[in-house]
Amino acid sequence: VRQRAAWPFVAPALAVIGVFFFLPVLAALVLSFTDFDIYALADLSNLRFTGVRNYVELLQRSEFWNALGNTLYFVIAGVPLSIGASLGTALLLHTRVTRFKPFFRTALFAPVVTTLVASAVVWRYLFNTRYGWLNYALGSIGLPAIDWLGDPHFSMPAIIVFAVWKNFGYNMIILLAGLQSIPEELYEAARIDGASAWRQFVYVTLPMLMPMLSMVAILTVAGYFQLFAEPYVMTQGGPLQSTVSVLYLMYDEGFKWWNLGSASAVAFVLFILMFAITAVQLRFMRRGATR
Amino acid sequence: MGREGEVVTTLIPEFERSHPGIHIEVQGLPWSAAHEKLLTAFAGDATPDVCQLGNTWVPEFVALHALEALDERVRGSSVIDPRDYFAGIWDTNVIDSNLYGVPWYIDTRLLFYRRDLLADAGFDAPPRSWSEWQQMLAAMKAKAGPDRFGVLLPLNEFEPLLVLALQQDQPLLADDGTRGNFESGGFKRTLAFYVDMFRRGYAPPLTNADVSNIWNEFARGYFSFYITGPWNIGEFKRRLPPALQGSWMTAPLPGPSGPGTSIAGGSSLVVFSKSHVKDAAWQWIEFLSRPEIQSRFHDLTGDLPPRRTTWNEGALAGDVYARAFRDQLERVKPAPKVPEWERIATELRLVAERAVHGQLTVDQAAAELDARANRILEKRRSLLAHRGGS
Repeated sequence: VRQRAAWPFVAPALAVIGVFFFLPVLAALVLSFTDFDIYALADLSNLRFTGVRNYVELLQRSEFWNALGNTLYFVIAGVPLSIGASLGTALLLHTRVTRFKPFFRTALFAPVVTTLVASAVVWRYLFNTRYGWLNYALGSIGLPAIDWLGDPHFSMPAIIVFAVWKNFGYNMIILLAGLQSIPEELYEAARIDGASAWRQFVYVTLPMLMPMLSMVAILTVAGYFQLFAEPYVMTQGGPLQSTVSVLYLMYDEGFKWWNLGSASAVAFVLFILMFAITAVQLRFMRRGATR
Repeated sequence: MGREGEVVTTLIPEFERSHPGIHIEVQGLPWSAAHEKLLTAFAGDATPDVCQLGNTWVPEFVALHALEALDERVRGSSVIDPRDYFAGIWDTNVIDSNLYGVPWYIDTRLLFYRRDLLADAGFDAPPRSWSEWQQMLAAMKAKAGPDRFGVLLPLNEFEPLLVLALQQDQPLLADDGTRGNFESGGFKRTLAFYVDMFRRGYAPPLTNADVSNIWNEFARGYFSFYITGPWNIGEFKRRLPPALQGSWMTAPLPGPSGPGTSIAGGSSLVVFSKSHVKDAAWQWIEFLSRPEIQSRFHDLTGDLPPRRTTWNEGALAGDVYARAFRDQLERVKPAPKVPEWERIATELRLVAERAVHGQLTVDQAAAELDARANRILEKRRSLLAHRGGS
């Protein structure tokens, strides 16, 4: 009886999720097995049911593997850097010797709330080969200038630097909250046992922070897999397609060329990939927690 | 769309006065979102009556059966005389021998160059053929050194390569626009010429994003030739320092052997087939096509008119920078008229960029382009084959 009473209460939420989430996802899944494009938009009789051809063709396209490689590069290099920066700044903000804490906390969080497009424009100037501040700094210590956004070897590192700068503040706040919730007694006990600052960090701070770090890691990986806006405004995917991500490929396919069928296939491949990786992460973390 | 959408509102009062009973409402769209919005409008049965359409989009909207054929109306019109329009521009609106749009203004690409730097290198006139151009670029490079360049061909634009490719006799697509024709001798010659300009250091391998301000760099002499369109006449006048105003000029494009063709770009006025007021829509198009109205429109926007009559009168006749455009407009060709063209042009840019960076040879790049074009055109092939068979 109690269960039956619960249904009316969850029904509105379920209806909303059903209409605005499950239904579109289902429609997209159906779409991914067709070749829906502008010809089909003109006349539905031009729509062909193509089975798994979108998927097979996608896996054969060098652009897809290039985009996947770029995305993995971004995730593998960007996530540790991002979390490292968040943790580092959180620790600095947490130490007792730091002064003007509210100021620094706000300043370091500011990139998260600035408009992405505006900050990308400023960063493009910083990265400029001939007038950019970054190359000026390199030049003043005797290093050669780097064509940050024009050389395919440096475009992705440039995007990573920008994305880390843009995003680390968010995780920093979460980790800072985690640090503040660690009881001071634990550090006291460790100090009485004669633990050095490093050992306090490894044996007190890190384990106590683990739940927070796991959550941050999962969210960041999921977020970084969806790389799109940074290359869209900074490089338009170039040079030499070196900053095209999977999501970027999907956007082009769907909204630029109106091949909604194959764009949906890209979306599902990305979904399966992210689902698998998150599942693996969760399993690792559960195992870590029970140990 | 864009600036035209704002300016056209100033012409409405006069039209409404001379055509009582017709009221015009303008809805402006930014160019960057226009294509997407029009397709969405089509999907939602909310297309406008009359619309300005980039003429490379015409084939796509014809494929959607969204546009009204205008042949009958033009035949009965006393205002619109096809022979007065530049042939290449008129042709962009003809799909399968039916007319779907009336040219409104023209966009083509040609050379903007630094007269003083060219004179320093020992030449007193712009190039007429590719070989002349190469000689000039070589002489200028010898003077300019490794940090300055003869020509800027931004790698994120397909237009410079496309206009050079349109100069060849072989079409870019073969078999009724169902297959790529990039492995033809003509296209390979163009690609080799293009890549060679980077190899020899005449052109820097950069995108527009790397050149933070085109006009500043042009003023500094970072490059001397630039392939661009009519809107830059106004920009160059406005943005170049006064001391340089006497030192730049426009010139028609050089071709493989003698004066070359360029692209027939621009916007057309179209009537949507879902419109309920097609007669009124047509009167509005006729009004905008009158030479004296086009002349006013040019004064307001700087857009180049598509009729020869308009060119012979008013401010345009005396504009020295527009003269090269007038000359070029007699030699313009449309891009291949298939709905998939924009996408193929994008692949053209991407593959050419790889060739410039030495990742592909000219032959490999041409083969890659054909492969990509054939994949993109697969649906068109099957639809046409189906239509032919049934």
